[in-house]
Amino acid sequence: MTPNPPATLSDASFALVLVLLLLAPLAIAGVALINTGLGRSRSAAQSLLGNLAIVAVSIIAFSVVGASLAGVLPGGWGLAFHAGGKAWEWLHVGSFFLGGLASAPAQAQLELLFEMLAVAFAALIPWGSGADRVRITAGCAVAAVLAGIVFPLLAHWTWNGGWLAQLGINFSLGEGFLDPAGAAAIHVLGGLSALVLVWIAGPRRGKFPQGGFATAMPGHNAVYILFGCLVALVGWLAFNVAGAVLWLHAPMSALPGTAVNTLLSASGAVAATFSVTRIRFGKPDASLCANGWLAGLVASSATAALVFPGAAFLIGLVAGVLTPLLVEVLELAVSIDDPSGGISAHAAGGLWGLIAAGAFTAGAGQFLAQLVGIATLLGLVMPLLYLLLWLLNRVLPLRVDADGERVGMDLHELGGGAYPEFVIHRDDSYR
Amino acid sequence: MKFAGLLVMPAGFFLSLAALVLFPAANPGARAAFVLCGLAVEALGLVVAARGHMEAQGKSHQ
Repeated sequence: MTPNPPATLSDASFALVLVLLLLAPLAIAGVALINTGLGRSRSAAQSLLGNLAIVAVSIIAFSVVGASLAGVLPGGWGLAFHAGGKAWEWLHVGSFFLGGLASAPAQAQLELLFEMLAVAFAALIPWGSGADRVRITAGCAVAAVLAGIVFPLLAHWTWNGGWLAQLGINFSLGEGFLDPAGAAAIHVLGGLSALVLVWIAGPRRGKFPQGGFATAMPGHNAVYILFGCLVALVGWLAFNVAGAVLWLHAPMSALPGTAVNTLLSASGAVAATFSVTRIRFGKPDASLCANGWLAGLVASSATAALVFPGAAFLIGLVAGVLTPLLVEVLELAVSIDDPSGGISAHAAGGLWGLIAAGAFTAGAGQFLAQLVGIATLLGLVMPLLYLLLWLLNRVLPLRVDADGERVGMDLHELGGGAYPEFVIHRDDSYR
Repeated sequence: MKFAGLLVMPAGFFLSLAALVLFPAANPGARAAFVLCGLAVEALGLVVAARGHMEAQGKSHQ
């Protein structure tokens, strides 16, 4: 399986990938449910409407600008510089507004659809972490920045023949940086955006009281959270299998193995989180188990198409152990208020998956290629995200005013709640 | 302090890139060591940025 050969899809592969990509939005729906369930009841309608708006804005922004910079459709030109006798392609400029889509080869059209869904998925992750205090317009603006600027760069480098994909050819690093189903371009990008957003927007009012412990603000609907996990599984299977065909050119015979590895990774992760939380707290924790499940799926995005089943299970186990511990460390030791656990599940789970993809495949060169990809995410993408969101916050404040947070995002932004017949907790209950 | 940490992180990234340009494929040990050093610098920057966030958090409570 090598990335980026000049391959064309057979009719059967085309049909399979198209059907898979029509199922992939279930991953987005699942994460939207999880985001909503992990927020508070007085922000539920705003949260779910925000998820919908963010998906729409990210698809529009990617269509207008992002796809051109990603270089997913043929045509346009690449901007490269030369160092060490090699060309480093950093940027691509093609037709805006999806120009050339109709005449593009079938594979390129499917790749565009994959990336369009991927960018919508990535943009949802920071929204969950900023729950209960970030305004919908600000969430949409963050999504536009991600979809119009940062995701296209990463997609071009990783999937569309950019410098990370060429590490194998140019520097003999295995097959180059491998990210078959978006562990880097979707999950680490989304998770790092979440971290930056939470740093800039700050914690929810009353989360870290002066001189006291962090206040527990549990998710309001465990049914949404856990059902979201099951819905997301379907979409994840679709993303992982479609990614294996599109980016690794995996043969049909390898695809059931990719699906099996996805299931094993998620199962291992949730079993580990269930055990860890039971040992830590005496009873399993539903929301942390959901985070563990997601972390296993995120890790599978990097590894499912590359490793054998035993390794997939082990990778899931490790993700499932790390996630609840990291959630606790971030909240209690680092004062990061991340209601959805997006930083732990998506950023840390994705980074672990990318490392594991290098560690469990043959060759030290491949491992080094994965490390260079991780260095790019942490050393270049994260500071860029901070700069862009910091500037955005100057123009369009991300956070709602104190009064809006006190009455709840539903009443403040939408004028009505998600559960009009229920008694809603006021902010005074958290002091 | 947070900005200082965030400025250190690209330095680690360029260190990792320099490893690829400076060391040939025939010297994978030196290459790997350089890339790992770059990652260590990034991790240091991330820790400094996190400490800066915690300090800012503490000041906002005062």
